Amino acid sequence: MSLFDWFANRRKTGPIGKERQEREIADGLWTKCESCSVLTYTKDLRANQMVCLDCGHHLRVFSDERIRQLADANTWTPIDEALKSMDPLKFRDRKTYSDRLREMQEKTGLIDAVQTGIAKLESLPIALGVMDFRFMGGSMGSVVGEKLTRLIERGTRERLPVIIVCASGGARMQEGMLSLMQMAKISGALSRHQEARLLYIPVLTHPTTGGVTASFAMLGDIILAEPKATIGFAGRRVVEQTLREKLPEGFQSAEYLLQHGFVDAIVPRTQLKKTLAQLIRLHQPAAQSSRFGVHVAEMAPTPPRHLGGPKTELV
Amino acid sequence: MTSAERKPILLDFEKPLTELETRISQIRELAEENDVDVSDQIRQLEARAVQLRKEIFSSLSPSQRLQVARHPRRPSTLDYIQAISDEWMELHGDRCGFDDPAVVGGVAYLAGQPVVMLGQQKGRDTKDNILRNFGMASPGGYRKAIRLMEHADRFSMPILTFIDTPAAWPGLDAEQFGQGEAIAYNLREMFHFDVPIICTVIGEGGSGGALGIGVGDRLLMMEHSIYSVAPPEACAAILWRDSSRATQAAEALKITAPDLKQLGIIDEILPEPVGGAHSDPLQATEILRKALLRHLEELNQMTGQQRRELRYQKFRKIGFFAEMSA
Ligand SMILES: [Zn+2]
Repeated sequence: MSLFDWFANRRKTGPIGKERQEREIADGLWTKCESCSVLTYTKDLRANQMVCLDCGHHLRVFSDERIRQLADANTWTPIDEALKSMDPLKFRDRKTYSDRLREMQEKTGLIDAVQTGIAKLESLPIALGVMDFRFMGGSMGSVVGEKLTRLIERGTRERLPVIIVCASGGARMQEGMLSLMQMAKISGALSRHQEARLLYIPVLTHPTTGGVTASFAMLGDIILAEPKATIGFAGRRVVEQTLREKLPEGFQSAEYLLQHGFVDAIVPRTQLKKTLAQLIRLHQPAAQSSRFGVHVAEMAPTPPRHLGGPKTELV
Repeated sequence: MTSAERKPILLDFEKPLTELETRISQIRELAEENDVDVSDQIRQLEARAVQLRKEIFSSLSPSQRLQVARHPRRPSTLDYIQAISDEWMELHGDRCGFDDPAVVGGVAYLAGQPVVMLGQQKGRDTKDNILRNFGMASPGGYRKAIRLMEHADRFSMPILTFIDTPAAWPGLDAEQFGQGEAIAYNLREMFHFDVPIICTVIGEGGSGGALGIGVGDRLLMMEHSIYSVAPPEACAAILWRDSSRATQAAEALKITAPDLKQLGIIDEILPEPVGGAHSDPLQATEILRKALLRHLEELNQMTGQQRRELRYQKFRKIGFFAEMSA
């Protein structure tokens, strides 16, 4: 059933009351686009990979959903799920780090801020890492560093392309210098993956900042970004403080980075899997792929799809 | 470096020491005026002053160490390079259109051996600090650094880096020219080099800005230098929403050399003269030079492949986590 049909059917059953509508938003049945405020039936939004059907805005997607979008059905094999953060500094700000970790684990059902595993993407075997912004802002501590390092090392050993979907505020301060050093550790693993002439593609999603930008996010052989994602090294407010003027329009957006030569292409989420598959095939040794069957995806962001159906005229 | 006519800059925790020294000179003046022998008394007081200085500097809190690390008279990268090398020539430019004054480097002889030395350069006075951007490097600075390191690797010269920066420059221009990419590129490339790499934190090691020249076979720290994931002031603003909690942040973040040695992040702490490196720059230089030569001698005996493996394993094992049994 298309969205149009769905609305047509829905209309027949009569208008929905405002109360019921609010209840259904709370239940997650409906989702409001944070860009155009249009309400969409969540099921349809998910079918469109959480890209607003009306304005093309990319809503946040977390690790489970992202893995579903990228990995072929039943091919995801998680690795290193047993790694758990400790509190080596006995860190305490407004809360203890241990309490913060426990709360985050309960709230998100995740153990830490990244999921790693082996999967197939359009039947191509890949090593896949997906960061999760819900878990302490996707911050990188020892566990994130270790899991990504092991993932890349496995990629090198098994000669797999590595794909990392980035979403992170940077280093995890609660682990102090241990967290800063993960930047070097992961970059070291990437240096070996590179020496083995294997392909690494980071996908920069909203937001990718700080120590993640200053390490594996910027080390791709090819770097892809999602439309309008915030990508930068220094925090926006910090940069603002060094200036006496306002920051330019679109500063630190994916489009800004494309313009300045730091990402290769902005790929709408609905095109991401296809684009990755095409790039991986293109970079496989000539013997393994048909050299003429390859068509690289249109790299420019496609305009938002407008369905022409009725917008959410819910009263 | 320091000269007799320059008045010392004293830190607040050195106050008891200043008071004692003032008293000694007062007594000495009085004695001279009245022609009495107080040499015994003075000797005692002087011994007390030495003792007091030792006590103060052996029990500095993290935030006091931060003050020493940021001391305006603390020897800088150029001070050390000039003092430890037999000869040296500064080289300029990143070959991409910039020559960042916040990063200096060049070719040198160290005890007769050709080396490349480089590091962040803070200003020696206000005017110099503005020129040097307070030691905060731009992308061009990191690209200059890697260009010099690639040069070193090509000509088989060991690389010695000196870390002294509050942070990478967080300006609009830096973002535009790819601060993140510049640092990231250095992190990966430094793992590729065959030549020995020794990195020494001489003052302030501030976050990714420091790490951008900090991937080595050895990571050394001067006794009162600090190395932090983020400037304690910034950390306090983020975690406590209050930048005046910097003292507390400095404690919590574990930024001192002894803490980082214990966490397995650094290899060695280089002792400083009592009173900090700025109180006796010549002695500090000698300590640094000897340590660098000792580590170089060890590293020179390995093959390039062995050094790369050592470097990889050194970073590979950093981190604390639990691995639950499945
Ligand atoms: Zn929308």
